[in-house]
Formats: sequence, structure tokens, C-alpha cells
Amino acid sequence: MDPEAGGIVLFVGTIRNRTGSVRVQGLEYEVYRTMAQQKLADLEQEIRRRWPVKSVTMIHREGKLKIGEVSVVVTVSAVHRREAFEAARFAIERIKRSFPIWKRERLEGGRYSWVKGTPIQQLRRGATRIRVPRTVRSRRRIRVEA
Amino acid sequence: MVSVKILYFAQAREAAGTGSEYFSLDDQASVKDALSKAFTSHPKLKEIERSIKVALNEEITENDARLHEGDRVALLPPVVGG
Repeated sequence: MDPEAGGIVLFVGTIRNRTGSVRVQGLEYEVYRTMAQQKLADLEQEIRRRWPVKSVTMIHREGKLKIGEVSVVVTVSAVHRREAFEAARFAIERIKRSFPIWKRERLEGGRYSWVKGTPIQQLRRGATRIRVPRTVRSRRRIRVEA
Repeated sequence: MVSVKILYFAQAREAAGTGSEYFSLDDQASVKDALSKAFTSHPKLKEIERSIKVALNEEITENDARLHEGDRVALLPPVVGG
């Protein structure tokens, strides 16, 4: 634990018991391992380029998982919480869209169904920061930006 | 001739009936040629052809990229991480 870090943000993704209105019994993740590992390394580098974070750890699980189990963990520490929150959110959004990872649901009756995904997005070099929703303006006209 | 490894994931793996195989292609072959051969060998892949992205040696690639001995061409259906 870096003594300069003032905050640690931890995101834990868990397996839900339903997708839309369909009940799910379990999930299976398929991963293109060598590419995913390279992309994790690239993602960490990109995070460090954009934010002055201290430590970054990202873990994604593979294979069969049960409802309630952990699928992904992202943790970021930084001097200030703002960078830690922004970087952690950026990481999980990237993991959802830019990684060679696929999900298969096990439905009632033992049927399997692939979760509908989006075409893998490439990390764009020099892209601007992701837009994070603003919060409500206070009456004293102090704008709080996420 | 160049020998390249083709990798199939998720729905592509089910359509091809295998997770990977090796193709022997002409020296001048490009990613497009590898894909053509994949679709010819496994016609079911054509059903998902439009939604597939391709990675060459773990980087998303253009179809006209030239292939070299030992390259890995991966067919990636739409992804769902997290």
C-alpha cells in the first residue's frame, strides 16, 4: 500500500440471476487468453497515461461460474479519490467492450444461450476522456462533476 | 507457402466445430484469404460472418493485412466482458 495513496476504489462484478426477464442458473466465460492478457497490460498503460494513479489491478475470471460469484475485479489506488473513481470506471467500461471475452448463460432446463455482445472495440490512441454523467448542480452554483 | 493458425471463439467455435486449426496458404496470402478458407471449410460460419471481427496476432486487423509464417488469425464474435 503506497503511503501517498489517499483512496482505493474497488469494483467487484458479480453474476446476476437474470438477464432481462429470463432466469439464469449460471454463466460460462470464454476468453482469448493471450489477447486478453495483452489488452489488460495495454489498458493499465493507458490508465497510467491518463490518470496519476498508484496501483491498478484487474482480474477477470474464466470458465463456469455460479450466481453470486465474482466475475471481475478492478481496483485502483490514487492520491485523490477522483482519479481512483474515474480510472476504475474507465477500466470496467473498457473490459466490457474491448476485450476478447464471451459469456454463455445456462438457462433453466439446461439450455445454453450466448449473451448478445457488441463488436470488439479497439482502444483508440489519444482518445479524450470518457464522458461520465454530471451530478446535480448545487444552489450555490458550485458544479460537481463526476 | 505459409502456415497460419486460425482460432475460433464462442459462436464461431460452435459454427466451425473446432477451437483452432492450421491452414497452409500462398506466400502472398492475406487475412482475407484465411477467412475465405475458413468460411469454405465451415459453411455455418457464413451465418455470423457480418458480426465477426478478426485479430491478427492478438491485434484487430484489416482484411488486406499480409500473413506470415506462424501468424495467428482469430475470429471474434461480438464480445461481452465483465
